Parts: sequence; structure tokens; C-alpha cells
Amino acid sequence: MKSHGLKLAVAATVGLAFTAGAAVADTPKSGGTLNIVVGSKIPSYDGHIESTFGMIHPIRPFYSTLIRVNPDNPSSPVDFVCDLCEGSVPAGAEGGTKFTFKIRKDVKFHDGTPLTAADVKATYDKIVFPPEGVASSRKAYFKAVDSITTPDDYTLVFKLKHPTATFIPAVAMPFNFVYAKKDLDANGYNWHQRNINGTGAFTFVEHVAGSHVSGKKYAGYHHKGRPYLDGYKAISAPKMNVRLQAIRGGRADIEFRGFPPKARDDLVKALGDKITVQESDWNCVLLLTPNHEVKPFDDPRVRRALSLAVNRYEGSKYLSRIAIVKTVGGVVFPAHPLATSIEDLGKTVAGYNTDHAANIKEAKRLLKEAGHPNLSFTLHNRGVDQPYRVVGTWAIDQWKKAGITVKQWVQPTSPFYATLRKKGDFDVSIDFNCQAVVNPIADISKFLPTAGNNYANFADTELESTYDALLKAGDEGSQKALVRKYEKRVLNDLASQAITLWWYKINPHRSYVKGWKIAPSHYLNQALDNIWLDK
Amino acid sequence: MTTAEPFIENNKIPDGKPLSVRFGRMVRAQPLGAAGAFVVLLMIFAAIFAEYITPYDPENSSYEFMLVGPSADFLMGTDQFGRDIFSRVIFGARTALMVGFICAIIGSSIGLVIGVGSAYFGGRIDLYVQRVIDIFMAFPLIIMALAIISIFGNGTDKVIIAITIPFIPRCARVVRSSALAVREMPYVDAARSIGYSHIRIIMRHIAPNVMAPFLIMLTAFLGEAILLEASLSFLGLGVQEPTPAWGLMLQGGTEYAESAPWVAIWPGLAITIAVFGFNLFGDAVRDILDPRLRANS
Repeated sequence: MKSHGLKLAVAATVGLAFTAGAAVADTPKSGGTLNIVVGSKIPSYDGHIESTFGMIHPIRPFYSTLIRVNPDNPSSPVDFVCDLCEGSVPAGAEGGTKFTFKIRKDVKFHDGTPLTAADVKATYDKIVFPPEGVASSRKAYFKAVDSITTPDDYTLVFKLKHPTATFIPAVAMPFNFVYAKKDLDANGYNWHQRNINGTGAFTFVEHVAGSHVSGKKYAGYHHKGRPYLDGYKAISAPKMNVRLQAIRGGRADIEFRGFPPKARDDLVKALGDKITVQESDWNCVLLLTPNHEVKPFDDPRVRRALSLAVNRYEGSKYLSRIAIVKTVGGVVFPAHPLATSIEDLGKTVAGYNTDHAANIKEAKRLLKEAGHPNLSFTLHNRGVDQPYRVVGTWAIDQWKKAGITVKQWVQPTSPFYATLRKKGDFDVSIDFNCQAVVNPIADISKFLPTAGNNYANFADTELESTYDALLKAGDEGSQKALVRKYEKRVLNDLASQAITLWWYKINPHRSYVKGWKIAPSHYLNQALDNIWLDK
Repeated sequence: MTTAEPFIENNKIPDGKPLSVRFGRMVRAQPLGAAGAFVVLLMIFAAIFAEYITPYDPENSSYEFMLVGPSADFLMGTDQFGRDIFSRVIFGARTALMVGFICAIIGSSIGLVIGVGSAYFGGRIDLYVQRVIDIFMAFPLIIMALAIISIFGNGTDKVIIAITIPFIPRCARVVRSSALAVREMPYVDAARSIGYSHIRIIMRHIAPNVMAPFLIMLTAFLGEAILLEASLSFLGLGVQEPTPAWGLMLQGGTEYAESAPWVAIWPGLAITIAVFGFNLFGDAVRDILDPRLRANS
């Protein structure tokens, strides 16, 4: 076993080294079609309301964003470059409360309409100030924005209520697709859920439901010389094994989300240097979200018991062998300086104590005290293998050990979201907080009761005020203190949601796929304009 | 009464012989059917006494024993969650049989009622009922089941509905064809002329005489239901974790087909043996109950 493991490690390392060395010397080649496998379906095409890779992997290449994470350095949380703006990303003026973007003059939508600042403003009006009844999943990231104006056709100004370090990373979110104002004005805010008209590197060819989305090279793309590919095809393959075999058999070139360690080992063993492996910590975590409007989950003692019953340390040790989860952490991406250490979490937050027997005992006590010693409920989950089903099954086993009986209700992606967003008829649901840009203060807005994508159905003014204070906090020390307070409120006092395990990203891909670099998020670096095929 | 004695003579099963002798003759006459019956009985035994047979709780994970190969401690090895596969296969028989029997009995019983009713009343009722049946039968079983699952959602109860509904028209069509012949028999005419009610004629004179095709369909449905349940669970649309179900286990095992093949092999084998057993048993039942086959043999 050791010898085999060593061979795999060597093969992967050689693959990495070979790629790194070759990347320097290689000149991008044009042509070819990139075949991607995507493990989830597309709930809608609208980036402003969606939060799933099932949408962003096939649809992102049709759109541009105002700024983006540097595609050549996507691991950095601070390296942003202009996409639809000119020059470099602006620094905040007037004490960090005014950001002026100069819009490129050479950009056209795929239908031929020239892009102006009015289009970007209309886009951000939809994201930041959506009218009543219009969903915006990232509205909370822009709480500091006071106004958006366009002094002229190619200038866009964001005025903030107060300075905040979260603004630029929030603008760089890959979900902030820029739409044409005329489309929004003429067709309304729901039009983009089923229609596509962007300025991205590829134009829409077709979407065959359940099969694939394809795009072809946009000749008028504003980043000259790109894209290198003639086109791409995003093939829908919900089963992980199908995706794995597609890459192994050469039917697909890459999967952008990530495979578990076992799948990586199988691929490297089978294909050797024909496979290159890129790995990274992942700004993504699954949550256990109780529906506070359903009894007995309106009782914080019951919710806290659910968190206490989960042995995260054992999960980290064993689940990381079969799933794309690994790291124990709180609400903040564990690798970030603002994250709370495991030791501190163990002292202050229910479920993080390493003495799991004591946690179980406390969980049972809380349930008995709440009048539900034999609690039973249904766990709502998403029909995606990795890591949803694995983590769901693990959580059910953990709860069983605390005397809680749980059945699992799995739904495909679209009805899964319909249940979370509209029907709300679930007891406890698996949910996720997967963010693109590592931007902890913005990332933890997911836990705000008023966040558009918090499905726990509750209200809490203390949490809101703590977050408001956090947004305005200038120095790292006060930010840390406020994050601790916020985290304790979410995970312990309210136990409004529970964190499971943070993910670990493993991307094995065909070695002839060049130009793509792994990021700590499966949402980043998906424009595909920097990818080329060395065939 | 006039047909009773030749029936016994033709089959050469004289009264009064000890049960063991009769059983031995039956096994010799239908060896494959006997093998099928053995599998069915074994499954039923496993399903009923699962708690006593299995060494571990099928839903309990022991993570330190993840993906352990077959051994004295774990006869069939463990799966990716460290659960004993032998225990899950045994408990899986319970899920398979529960779904199989419920779907087969309810589906064929409703089919019996519809088929007999349609044949007996005839005319427009028969015309309309048969056209509806045509519509249902236009879809392959799995497609129909998938469509129903997409409407009702997944889970054990929904799977039972999804499998039962496609069985109804299939049984109704077969039963109707037999009932059409029975309807024309002189004793049915006699019953009508005496003034017996429709219910009495159907229950006393027609239904008992279509029992042979009904039972054949029933046994055939058992194997089909098990296979369908496994297929739906394999596709992630049927029974959900952590419930032990063969299709679900097979699906989970595909990820480890190379490094831990036992995770998929055992549930796959269980499905194969169960369906094979039910099919052999069903064929034997058909051979015994179908007068034409009986005459040929």
C-alpha cells in the first residue's frame, strides 16, 4: 500500500511539475473544443439568483463581469483585474467610499448591442437594489452601497455609506454577470433565467436539457486574441462515476468542481502523466439548516443538540478518504487569518469540543429538556453525490448515535432549490456556503437572517447589528472580535445553522488542458478564455 | 365435476401419498421451479429473521473499518461508511421483498378487478378501459415508473406507487383476455338467466376461473418489482440512504469498483439471484397452472 501510495504521489507531483514547467515555455495554441463534465443541472441561467456550479460552469463563459479574480493568479484573495472596465481596478476615493470604474468602449453584447455604463448600472441595480419580489442572492454583500451612478456613457460610480474591505471582492464575484439594460427594460428581471445575451468569450449555441450546453468562440470578444478554444461543451453528468470515467475514457477533458481522493488515485493510476492533478483548500462548506418555522426546530436547544451530535473530528479523519471534505472550522474559511482556531471553537461553540462523548451527553440532555428525547425528522438533501449524499448519510449516522432517528429525502437540484426557496416544507436541510472570492466578511453574510440565500427562516436583530458593525470595522483586531461574536451567535447561541466540514478541492484533468489554474473555489476562473488545448 | 378426475389422472398426483413423496415428485417434475422456490423461501426467511441472522446493525457506521475486504469479521466486507455489507444485503432482502410483494399484490389485484370488470361488462366500458390501458402500456415499465417518481418524488412509499401503477394495466389486459372466454361459458349464461347480480357472477363464476393467469402475473411481477426497485434506487430515485437496499448499495459501490469491488458485487449478486429465483418460480407456477402447458408436458 505504501509503495502504491508513493507511486501515486510521485505521478501526481511529476504531473504538476511537468505542467508548471511546460506552462512557462508553451505558447497557447488556438482551436479545439473543450469538453467539460458538470455534476449538476441548471436551475436557471441567471447568475444573480443562482449559487450553484451547475449553472456557473456551463453558463459563465457567455458572460463578462465588471472585474474578476486574476485568471493567472486565482489563488490570491486580493489579485483582481478589470474585465469590462479599463486599466486597473480602482482604489477607493473619498476615504474609501467612492469607486469609479471606466468602462471599456470596445465591448458588444452577442446580439450586437454596444455595452455602456448604463448596462453595468442596470445590472448592479438588479443585484444591489432588487425590487420587492425579485431575488438577489448576493444583495447582502453590497449592504454598504449607497448609490450607483453613471456620470457619462463610460463611467460608473459606486458610492458607499462607509468604507469596507468587502466591496471590491464582492464586485469580483463571478456570478455578477453583466446584462444589457435593454434586455432588462424590455423583458423584465426574470428574462435572464431562461435567456442568454452576454459579452463573454463564447456565444450560446444550445442547451439540451439533461444533456449539454454548448458555446462557440465569440469573434468580437473584448480581450483580444482570446478565447483560444473554438468552443466548449458542458456535458451534464450527475453521477460522479460517469464524470470520472468520461475523463478516463477521453470523452471529457476536465471537471471543474472536484473529485474525492479515491477518484484522483484511480485516474492517476490508470493514466499516469496523461493526467495532471491540481489541489487546493476550498472556500466551501455544507451546512445543516433547520427550518425554524417547523417545530421543534424553533427551539435553540434542539438545534444545538443537532450540532453537538456531529463528530466533526472523526468526520475529518475518515470522510476525507471518500469525499471532498476535510477541514474542521467555523463560519470563516479556515485558512484565512480571520478564522477562529479549533481550540477557541472548542471552548465557545457547541459541537467543537474534542470530547465527543460529552457532546453526545449534552445533546441528549438538551433534547430531553426540550421535550424531544426521541426526536425524529427528515433530512432534506440534494441529489449530488459529492459531497451532499456522503455528508447527509454521515450526519444521519451521527444523529442516530445520539438517539435521533432521521430519514433522508433527496431531490434533484431544481426541486431541491424550489423546496428551499419557495415551498419551505422541510425539517432540516443540507445547504451550502460556497463562495467564490475568499472574502470572509462577505462570505459569512450567508448566515444573516435577511440574506437572500439563508433558508433557516428566522429573524435576529443582534446578528444583523453585529454584522453591520463588522462591515464598518477598520482594523483586523476589531474585525476578529466581531467575527467571534457573530460566529458564536450563529453556531452556538442561536444554533441557527451548523457547519459540517470544509471542502478540499482536487482537480485531475487531461494534461493537454493548459492555461487553467485551480482556485480555492469551483466558481472562480470559469470564463474559459485562458484555456487552450495542447493536442 | 366431470373434469376433476381426469385432471388428477393426467397429473399423476394420487391422493393419500405422504407429503415428502409428493414434494419429491414435484421437485423432480419442476427442478428449476423448486430452485426458484428455494430462493424465494430463503429471501423470505432472511427478510423475516434479519435481526437474528445479521452480526451488525446495517445502518451503523464504523469508520475505522471503511472498505475492508471480506473476512471472518465481515463476511462480505464493508462499504465506504464502514457498514457491514452482509448485514445490509440481508436487510436489503426485506426492502426488496416488501416493495416486491406490495407492488405485485396491489398491482395485480387492481388489475384483476379492472380486467374482469372490463371483460364482463363489455361494450363501451370495455372500449374505454382498454384504450386507457393502451395508453399506459405504450410506455416501458421503467419509463412509466420514472415519470411517476418525477411527479410524486422519491422514497420507499413513492417507489411502491411508481412500480404498482404500471403493473395494473398489464395484469388487467391478461386477465381480461381470459375473462372474455369465461364470460361466454354456459354456466355464466345460466347464472345470468337465474338473475344473479353482477357482483355475484363476477365473484363466484368469473374471477375464480381467471386465477391461473392472475397468479402467473402475480409471480412474474414479484421479480420485476424487485428489479425495478433496484433500478430506481440505483438511479438515486428510489430508496434513500441509510436504508439498506440492493440498488442503492450497488450505486454506492460503483465508485469503488476497482479498489473495493465487493461493495458492488454482493448487492449485484443478490439482485441477480433474487430476480432469477422469482422468475424460475413464476415459470413453474405458470407451467402448473396453464392447462395447455400442462397438457404438453
